[in-house]
Amino acid sequence: MLNKSNNNALPVLLQVKDISKKFGDFYANDTVNLAIETGKVHALLGENGAGKSTLVKMMYGALQPTAGRIYWQGKPVSITSPAHARELGIGMVFQHFSLFEALTVAENISLALPKSLRQGDLSQRIASLSQDYGLPLNPDALVADLSVGERQRIEIVRCLLQQPKLLIMDEPTAVLTPQEAQGLFSTLRRLVKEGCAVLYISHRLEEVKQICHDATILRHGKLVAQVDPQLETAATLAQLMVGASVHQVSRDANGQMGDVLLSLYLLKQVSSTPFGVDLVNVSLEVKSGEILAIAGVAGNGQSELFSVISGEECNPSKDYIALLGQVSDGLNINQRRRLGAAFVAEERMGHGAVEHLSLTENILLSRHACNDTESSLNLGWLGIDRQQLMQLNETISAEYDVRKSTQDATAGSLSGGNLQKFVVGRELNRKPKVLVINQPTWGVDAGAAALIRQAVIDLSRQGSAILIISQDLDEIFELADSIAVMSRGQLSSTYAAEDLSREQIGLMMAGSHEQTDRATGA
Amino acid sequence: MQLILEKRAQASSIMNLWSPVLAIFLTIVMGGLIFAMMGKPPLTALYLYFIDPLTSWWSIEEVLVKAGPLVLIGVGLAVCFKANVWNIGAEGQLTIGALMGAMVPVLWGEWQSPLALLAMLCLGALGGALFGLIPAWLKTRFGVNEILTSLMLVYIAQLLLDWVVRGPWKDPQGYNFPKSVAFEGWHLLPMWGDGRMHLGLIIALIAALVLFWVMRHTLKGFEIKVVGSAPRAGAFAGFSHLKMVWFCFALSGALAGLAGLIEVAGPIGQLQPHISPNYGFTAIIVAFLGRLNPLGVIFAGLLLAISYIGGEGVQIELGISDKTTQVFQGMLLFFILMCDTLILYRLKWIGSQVNQGNQVSQAKKLSEGGAS
Repeated sequence: MLNKSNNNALPVLLQVKDISKKFGDFYANDTVNLAIETGKVHALLGENGAGKSTLVKMMYGALQPTAGRIYWQGKPVSITSPAHARELGIGMVFQHFSLFEALTVAENISLALPKSLRQGDLSQRIASLSQDYGLPLNPDALVADLSVGERQRIEIVRCLLQQPKLLIMDEPTAVLTPQEAQGLFSTLRRLVKEGCAVLYISHRLEEVKQICHDATILRHGKLVAQVDPQLETAATLAQLMVGASVHQVSRDANGQMGDVLLSLYLLKQVSSTPFGVDLVNVSLEVKSGEILAIAGVAGNGQSELFSVISGEECNPSKDYIALLGQVSDGLNINQRRRLGAAFVAEERMGHGAVEHLSLTENILLSRHACNDTESSLNLGWLGIDRQQLMQLNETISAEYDVRKSTQDATAGSLSGGNLQKFVVGRELNRKPKVLVINQPTWGVDAGAAALIRQAVIDLSRQGSAILIISQDLDEIFELADSIAVMSRGQLSSTYAAEDLSREQIGLMMAGSHEQTDRATGA
Repeated sequence: MQLILEKRAQASSIMNLWSPVLAIFLTIVMGGLIFAMMGKPPLTALYLYFIDPLTSWWSIEEVLVKAGPLVLIGVGLAVCFKANVWNIGAEGQLTIGALMGAMVPVLWGEWQSPLALLAMLCLGALGGALFGLIPAWLKTRFGVNEILTSLMLVYIAQLLLDWVVRGPWKDPQGYNFPKSVAFEGWHLLPMWGDGRMHLGLIIALIAALVLFWVMRHTLKGFEIKVVGSAPRAGAFAGFSHLKMVWFCFALSGALAGLAGLIEVAGPIGQLQPHISPNYGFTAIIVAFLGRLNPLGVIFAGLLLAISYIGGEGVQIELGISDKTTQVFQGMLLFFILMCDTLILYRLKWIGSQVNQGNQVSQAKKLSEGGAS
């Protein structure tokens, strides 16, 4: 913990005074005040749609306030653009990354840097800086082959290279393991010690308590409270955020387990890209009524595993995968859906949904070939039945509390949490017998996460087999009946959730199971 | 003061519609300037270029005759480009389509029946499609960039046609001119009007309407949009990117081949070394000017057809080289791609404070000047 005795000596780095932002008639921010001090980690808390992003975008120059002022080191400024913000010394790590997939890590970083910082051996500097701050990165890796967690590291390193005075981080730990998160926290502690300020946006209240010195809480665009997180509990913070107590996810201790609905047997897959991870002898079984969670650090083969199980990559010559008792290696993703499986991809934008398409068209995206339910879609060659899609859209939105600006909004206009509820709801609405879900609540607020988790549990209690791939241990312990851990393309044996501690999982994430598993061929 | 491009939060739907209009306007202004610099009266030249073709019935007919192949090829390319597949070689597919279809009159000249015409149309489409599948195969099998291969194949196709009409298919009674036999009877498309309008125009119109329907209302159209704009989401939907490459080349190749056959079985009436004034390339402009929308392509096709007729007009009236047609078409593509930038970006003047200088002084200047 940093010492807090010299509070009064800390100068205010950035101050926001009575700032408002109006979209049409809607106040996204309504006379918000906030002061960030040098050498402190300041938390910004709030549910989805509370106005956090709007506020931060104004600080970063991406939006201009309707009213109010921003002061930088005591002087009023109008931050005209993100480039201007960076020149002032404000760096930001976004929740959705802006990286070119076809370029390497070093090339991506180089593109965003001003000329003066591009000189010299950038790769070398990236490697050493990233090692230094506990964010290991291979400067020559192609971004396309990197996991979300690794991509985030690029963004962080990109900011740090510019030695910002204020670092804004949007949901930084959402994709990290406990150990990685601890690593990031020591990075942040080091930064504030070096005189940097950090604005930390998160839904994880334990974290906020652990590293933040101040917390500002927004609700419906208004400032609700400014508190010292050390003096609050996670429960009181959550209450301030939501305005009521948060729904606790409930789970019966004993779900009724039945037949094996999804099984992998000694699955091997050589990665199709140079920087991907090979899968080695992956075996698992998920029974009806069971939730099996795969824990692991991003980039250890989880995305490869997801694409093999989902059938985005299929292998007709093999027999590793069985869905509902049927060998499925040669089936494509839609044939697997017709068997009764459903899939939720890790990245909701660009993979699970298309940004500029409407919600109804995004329903069509994964549902156009599903005729396993009563709500199979009419796609006669007279054309797509928009009416039916519209009804389905309303059903899903109502059932999973998807909040949107218009009835058939584009996917891109939804906030992260609402889009995730939509993407999950689109699949759960089919009542699939097998559900494979990668990072179910990545970067989603507490309310939306609770809703999604509860829906997943309810589905399993109706007899579906569910495989969750997650990096969030809280989530895993909240949901899973059994747990396996993935590291470097290998999967540990499966353990009952109650038999494992966080420390044991942490060790397995680091690879403690690899040798023994390989020896026994588990 | 400094002019910068700033990314819009959302693509502007207004600019999406106005960009072609703005591009046409800029092309006309620039064209006028070029005429003036050549010492020709710009207003007269522009009038001859864009308005005069629409003032008499025979030239309107000519415009329609030229618009037919442009629309037919343009709608195929619009679908291709929408799916992010870049077929630049429609001119070559057009040539091979014409060659394949001409097999009927050249090799089986005795066969006179409506079926012969149908066979020619089918062979034309088939030839274009097969020739289009070469870059598709190279792309899907070896990962070769389809822009290069499809473009280079154009020259192979044109040289093949050149050889065929000078060699094996030369008309024995043709006084040694490099031309095939003249097509007759059912080897020619039904014509009407002053004898220039033909069945091909109706085929082009139907193709545009059908593709409009497909893009708007069917799963295939949805697939094309998704695969083109978000490949990973396409894979998630179970759409195959590789199959899409095959489909797009087959479709656009077939339509280009059909257009080629329609030219030789329509206005030209025989094979000769040059059968197209670069319709296959001009159709790329048509597709973009038409916003990659089959209905838009109809209007764009008409406009580009006017530029051909207008080019001939200024050549006759003012003695300006007919290469101005290509200059105008080139400028139009240039301006439309330029204006399309404004769909995703907006122009913004920013104060000179933000040019250079250290951060502190900059912050100071901004704080002084930025009271708005």
